[in-house]
Amino acid sequence: MTSIAKPPVRHPGLQRNALGFTVRDYEGAMSTLCAGCGHDSVTAALVQSFWELSLPPHRAAKMSGIGCSSKTTAYFMKQSHGFNSVHGRMPSVTSGASAANRDLTYIGISGDGDSLSIGLGQLSHAIRRNVRMLYVIDNNGVYGLTKGQFSASADIGSTSKKGEANMQQPIDPVLLALSLGATFVARSFSGDKAQLVPILKAGLSHNGLALIDVISPCVTFNDHEGSTKSYKFTREHEVEISAADFVPLRREITAPDTDSEVSVVAMHDGSTVRFRKTADSYDPTDREQAYAHVRACQLRHEVATGLLFIDESGQDMHAMAKTTTQPLVDLPFADLCPGNAALQSLMEQYR
Amino acid sequence: MSGINDFAFKMATVNGTGSASANSLLMQAIFRMGIPVTGKNIFPSNIQGLPTFYEVRVSKDGYTARPQHVDLVVALNPSTYAKDVATVRPGGYLVYDSSWPLESELEREGITIIGIPFGQMCVDTFIGDRDRTLLRNIVYAGALAALLEIDMDIIGQMLIEKFSKKKKLLESNNTAIRLGYDYAKQHFACPLPFHLEKMDATGDSILIDGNTAAGLGAVYAGATVGAWYPITPSTSLMEAFRGFCERFRVEPDTGLHKYCIIQAEDELAAAGIVIGAGWAGARAFTNTSGPGISLMQEFIGLAYYTEIPAVFYDVQRTGPATGMPTRTQQCDLMSLAYASHGDTKHIVLFPCSPEECFYIGTTAFDLAERFQTPVFVASDLDIGMNDWMCKRLVWDDSYQPDRGKVLDATELEQVKKFSRYLDVDGDGIAARTLPGVHPNGAYFVRGSGHDKHGAYTEDSDAYQEVVDRLTRKFATAATVVPAPEFHMQPDAHVAIVSLGSCHTAVLEAIDRLRDQGIVANYMRIKAFPFNSSVREFIDAHDAVFVVEQNRDAQLRSLLAIETGVPRDNMTPVLDYGGMPLTANVVVTAVANHFAEVSA
Repeated sequence: MTSIAKPPVRHPGLQRNALGFTVRDYEGAMSTLCAGCGHDSVTAALVQSFWELSLPPHRAAKMSGIGCSSKTTAYFMKQSHGFNSVHGRMPSVTSGASAANRDLTYIGISGDGDSLSIGLGQLSHAIRRNVRMLYVIDNNGVYGLTKGQFSASADIGSTSKKGEANMQQPIDPVLLALSLGATFVARSFSGDKAQLVPILKAGLSHNGLALIDVISPCVTFNDHEGSTKSYKFTREHEVEISAADFVPLRREITAPDTDSEVSVVAMHDGSTVRFRKTADSYDPTDREQAYAHVRACQLRHEVATGLLFIDESGQDMHAMAKTTTQPLVDLPFADLCPGNAALQSLMEQYR
Repeated sequence: MSGINDFAFKMATVNGTGSASANSLLMQAIFRMGIPVTGKNIFPSNIQGLPTFYEVRVSKDGYTARPQHVDLVVALNPSTYAKDVATVRPGGYLVYDSSWPLESELEREGITIIGIPFGQMCVDTFIGDRDRTLLRNIVYAGALAALLEIDMDIIGQMLIEKFSKKKKLLESNNTAIRLGYDYAKQHFACPLPFHLEKMDATGDSILIDGNTAAGLGAVYAGATVGAWYPITPSTSLMEAFRGFCERFRVEPDTGLHKYCIIQAEDELAAAGIVIGAGWAGARAFTNTSGPGISLMQEFIGLAYYTEIPAVFYDVQRTGPATGMPTRTQQCDLMSLAYASHGDTKHIVLFPCSPEECFYIGTTAFDLAERFQTPVFVASDLDIGMNDWMCKRLVWDDSYQPDRGKVLDATELEQVKKFSRYLDVDGDGIAARTLPGVHPNGAYFVRGSGHDKHGAYTEDSDAYQEVVDRLTRKFATAATVVPAPEFHMQPDAHVAIVSLGSCHTAVLEAIDRLRDQGIVANYMRIKAFPFNSSVREFIDAHDAVFVVEQNRDAQLRSLLAIETGVPRDNMTPVLDYGGMPLTANVVVTAVANHFAEVSA
């Protein structure tokens, strides 16, 4: 995808993380998306998240399909390997890469066109496989690169830039993921970095597929009156169930606020997601409640955001496949080839 | 045919009634008698109820192609009875179930009809429908043992091996085999004029099918990631891989697997998984058939252009569309050679036997990694699913995988700025890096236009530089892929070119043609791209016959396109009805050609 290198100039006083990297070290090429694109805000939140987590960039793999969203993998962490695959098929490529090398951090960036139409099957099955990855859907309800067609996430009645109304039922990736048994489901808004960053960080630490649907308005084709994925609509209709914060394992866990409304969800690696509840009795580990909440918001024409559901007890792809803990790419050939003596013994069965 | 250790017989049964184990018991027993033997399973795309056939060819001379005629038919399927009676060669034998009277219109002059009450004997001897149905097959195996003089000690030993832990089954099978054997002995002149005599012609051979051998080969080649979607006739390849991995690659202490097999949601995903795994540095493969290859085209193009190693086993079946899923063809040659949109060319390997399916594993994975590209193994249903007599497999323990040009962390330490697609050595092959190894190795894989550094481009010159290098890489591959196998004869004046499972039939045809005064040299193509010897061989002969199993002479087209030999200089010999090739097809075509030319 198109990209322009960024000048390597940086302020000497920039703060450094545990690896000694500044935020600039987590940036990528210059974005070639339209000025004001929500996707660039998501990219900025990703940069912030990776920097805060002190993730070594070269141990991460940025995976994507095709479309505006999929271009964004070029715009962060230039020292990571990136894979711009084919339309809608990022989940399978990531599954394979993860099968081969389970020790890398996989970040899949997709869009509503990429994931909910051509790639719906692959998304569904990556959820079923529970591939350990952060799966971000930059959701703008429109096909940008082909100039403005409705996507499968466009709400009934929402209009295109030319004014025609969508008549088909939308596919809501959050409801889909909840019903398919996803173990981490969240929704956020590209314009709400304060909420998005901790969710991204939690997703990166999740032991399985962490699906984050990010409403990310398309300023060129879907940011007008009548769109339900516009900045204005999303700001006015966002319903935050909880203010979330993510505390990585290696950092000192600060004492919880005296506020009893804070609940702490432990991740598999010991890190935690802290929720400050704004809705009464919302339990982020209750799948049915999450589903009901999202549906209820939808019926009120509201957008439910926050970390909606999390289950850290599920098995990821490798646990289900019983794969050895050492990445398969690191196994020496001698460990893989049984050798001639074993073959000769086997041959007796074929006589 | 039709003599001692030189005849063929066929069982006509109903799919799902358990005849497969009786049939393979017979074939294996003959094999253990030291006699060269082949079994072809002609089965329907169905689980229960449709006609299924099993053809066994016994050949003291070692011919293992499908037989042209059958000397004896065991007709146990009423729905195909009339047809089965007709397939017996004049002077041959028909064995039928005389529990019911033979309708007079089904009788045939010129053959000997042997009635044995298989059904009635089973009803009288066994209890329960299941035993009565399943054991009927063992009863006819016993009758054939008497008629053909198959060694009963060997059969007894095989039953012990099979049912050593199931005493009851062992007893009932032994009873059934004796029922048939004794009945035949008592009522007919056993053995028949054509029958078996122990030989020592199988030496150190094994009986194995191609999918099993290929799955085993993938284990030995060090493949760790397998992704697939079930499709006939390739499914058993991944099942074999799984079985051998369970045997050889499970950590004893933890039970954890040194492999990862993913049954994907479809062939698209299977291809994506393999490409993702190949990019990450694993030896990865998928197995499929023609319809799956169609679905994988998009990813194949991506892997070609982004230069990611991946191995695709295509166990071909008849096409187009769904075709006949349980019938064989060689109809994917063109779609493999130029798979996907845009300008693409791929390495394709053509094993001719299960034995080669095993060894080709190492070749395919080595080539895929060396050339950083998809490599196809074009097997077919006949090789993949039928048991073939092969030389015992051996492994060279000094083998080390060819991982190609992969920069490791130490090398990357010296690299200031890594460029993914630079042709440093002039062989068209650029060095690659694996994710996670070193920060200096990071690059961006993109299926969109890219320059030699890997950066996005829409610049004509930069784009062309990359695709021209891919052509160079392909030219290098032509010098490295397996060269053709030549079978030359003194005084030969014609040439035969063929590939894959046609091999055994062509070898037999060449012997029979020589008896008719037609002496042929033979070149078996083992890989695409063609190396220079392919054109040299064709140019050296005035009459060239290209034998293949598809309607449109796809191999001939590939030869014409890639070598520049005019298409008309090569006479196609085509067989595409879905059955394994017989030598007769080749003999007839070549002999008729000369008869027409001289007429």
